[in-house]
Amino acid sequence: MENQLFTITVFTENQVSLLHQISMVFSRRCLNIESLTVSACSIPGVHKFTITCKSDRAMMEHVVKQIEKRIDVLRAFLHTDDEIVFQEVALYKVPTASVLESNEIEHIIREHGARVLEIQPEYTIFEKTGHTDEVKALFDKLNPLGLRQFVRSGRIAVTKAPVEYVDAFLEHQEKRRKSLE
Amino acid sequence: MRALIDQGVDKVFGYPGGQIMPVYDSLYDYSDKIRHYLARHEQGAIHAAEGFARASGKTGVVIATSGPGAMNLITGLNDALMDSTPIVAITGQVPSSLLGKDAFQESDVVSVTLPVTKWSTLVKKAEDIAPAIAKAFYIANSGRPGPVVIDIAKDAQVGLAEYKHAYCNFIRSYDPNPDIKESQIEAAAELLNNAERPMILSGHGVTISNASNELIELAEKADIPVACTIHGLSTIPSCHHLNKGLLGMHGNLGPNINTNKADVILAVGMRFDDRVTGDTKKYAPDAKIIHIDIDASEFNKTVGSHIHIHGDAKTALSALLPFVNRQKHEAWVSSFDRHNKVEYDRVKKLELYPDNEDGKMHMGEVVNKVSKAFNHDAVLVTDVGQNQMFSVRYFNFTSPRSCITSGGLGTMGFGLPASIGAKIAVPDREVVLFVGDGGLQMTVEELGMIMEYNIGVKIVLLNNNYLGNVRQWQELFFNSRYSATPMTNPNFIALANAYGISGEDVAHRDNLDAAIERMKNHNGAYILNVNIEEMGMIFPMTPGGHGVDEILLNSTEYYKPV
Ligand SMILES: Cc1ncc(C[n+]2csc(CCOP(=O)(O)OP(=O)(O)O)c2C)c(N)n1
Ligand SMILES: [Mg+2]
Repeated sequence: MENQLFTITVFTENQVSLLHQISMVFSRRCLNIESLTVSACSIPGVHKFTITCKSDRAMMEHVVKQIEKRIDVLRAFLHTDDEIVFQEVALYKVPTASVLESNEIEHIIREHGARVLEIQPEYTIFEKTGHTDEVKALFDKLNPLGLRQFVRSGRIAVTKAPVEYVDAFLEHQEKRRKSLE
Repeated sequence: MRALIDQGVDKVFGYPGGQIMPVYDSLYDYSDKIRHYLARHEQGAIHAAEGFARASGKTGVVIATSGPGAMNLITGLNDALMDSTPIVAITGQVPSSLLGKDAFQESDVVSVTLPVTKWSTLVKKAEDIAPAIAKAFYIANSGRPGPVVIDIAKDAQVGLAEYKHAYCNFIRSYDPNPDIKESQIEAAAELLNNAERPMILSGHGVTISNASNELIELAEKADIPVACTIHGLSTIPSCHHLNKGLLGMHGNLGPNINTNKADVILAVGMRFDDRVTGDTKKYAPDAKIIHIDIDASEFNKTVGSHIHIHGDAKTALSALLPFVNRQKHEAWVSSFDRHNKVEYDRVKKLELYPDNEDGKMHMGEVVNKVSKAFNHDAVLVTDVGQNQMFSVRYFNFTSPRSCITSGGLGTMGFGLPASIGAKIAVPDREVVLFVGDGGLQMTVEELGMIMEYNIGVKIVLLNNNYLGNVRQWQELFFNSRYSATPMTNPNFIALANAYGISGEDVAHRDNLDAAIERMKNHNGAYILNVNIEEMGMIFPMTPGGHGVDEILLNSTEYYKPV
């Protein structure tokens, strides 16, 4: 099967060692994680991991099941790009002098829909939100013009599905908890 | 300690050390309620806990100190993970203020154990100990059982906390007993009812969920032949007319050949291990597979299946039973016997009744005679190697939980301590260990446990003075270049005697029956050092990478069914 970029979202309890528990499912198969973003999600006490990885579907499906098997993981899901809305954010630092030299940088920033975050006598910082190729395109433009620092985040994503599977799982578990009382 | 007692624990295995001393100190106060078995090595302690768990179904408990103590548990944890064995391992850890500072005997136990456990956690406060222990027991022995580690910092062990009874039967992120979907049951029944050549594969899950009766009832009602994985052995009595034998690399001809003839396969609590399937591309080409498992990550892992029944085996089989029609598949059932008859004539007979004049014995004949001597109802414990394959092939079973072996990890050194744990768990049953000369020496120090606690295991050392299993592969695939497989062995009986254990050398076949009789009648542990033919080979054999129906009957000849 052919390799393709997948996005995996993982909902977990907020506990130490979860990153290790998830990453070891990849590392034991020698799979390289392309990007990883972790933060608290809207459900109290639940953290969300968004992971991208290039592989084939069968392998990824099994990775997701093995992640979900960990006790502290609530649910894990596999998505292709057409099933999600996703973004990443990037920061670009250029010398203010370069910005002032001509209006070229200003032009590029407008064209790419980036915005200015901070202007100091020595440097100016731009921010761009978008897909990987868009962020990269702006990098390619700014790089020859004296780019000093560049950083981009991992991907964040929400699903297009009408159902929130994690909520359904939590409801199911809540029912179980009540029945066990 | 009270947390352990609350979990119904009355026996633990372990080994003390600096960072676990507070636990051992309180064990001293509770010695009337909790019996501690001191192993001679932490690996021995955890394999004993595994044997205990496998024989009883209860959670095995092992205690070790930090650093080297905890590290010595790793093999056993991995073994328990692979073979779904409920274990709670309690390890001492350096004081929390020293964590991460390379303190004396500090190991990052949680990080090291995560990949070899179902769950692993570090406790830094006294008041967290009781809830952690309750949670650990719940996790270890629910859903698909497995090993759990609780690493307790020394300051938490000595900290004072008021003991509050902690109980755990719910974890928000964990559903160990999923509801079985009726639609899946109905779909499975429909497949089985329309099958002409159905077959049941019985695995460890059947033992774990105590589903033997349900399995047998279903098999009898629909007249479906049953084949067992190595851990499924003893889920159905050996003498049952529908038990067609062992699956896999050294399994029986009937079930292996017919796997590729079956039109419907009902796989219960088994995971299509590569030792069972051989080349998966050639596996069961004509079969629709119904897979019952409690672990969703097993579905479609190595072999694709058509119907997934996610849940407990006993519940699933009970749900399936009323939907399954009473049937007869006479010709199909007897086709297994035809293949097995060829195996008997071409392989087993030579093994059971060899005619070599030097009197050196074959493993199969020894195992079979011992099995018979104990009325085919002892608990079999094995080590790993040829001794393992011969014992699971030639031993017979009458009741469940009678086959304890290291299947998934294939851990040499498992046998002796596991047999001790098993005997402690079921003292009223006979426990027989078959072990190789290599494997015995991996954990031979545990003869000390037998001595100290008077554990009456019967040990049959199948001594070929070789790492036989590896030697066989060298003979078959490496031009008989016996690299590092011949062994100069000690005087095993003298060694056992040094531990106060009786036994005898059995040098010649003529003495075998009488020696087995003496072993059987001896009150307490006994060891037979059996002089096994060096060049013995375990057949039939499906070489790695071959299909399950490509089976060697001997070194050169593949089985050709007629
Ligand atoms: C801990 C460990 N090391 C190495 C192996 C590889 N191995 C598998 S079987 C075997 C030979 C076992 O020899 P012995 O215990 O004498 O048993 P035999 O095969 O001769 O019956 C070896 C080395 C293993 N399974 N486990
Ligand atoms: Mg040997």
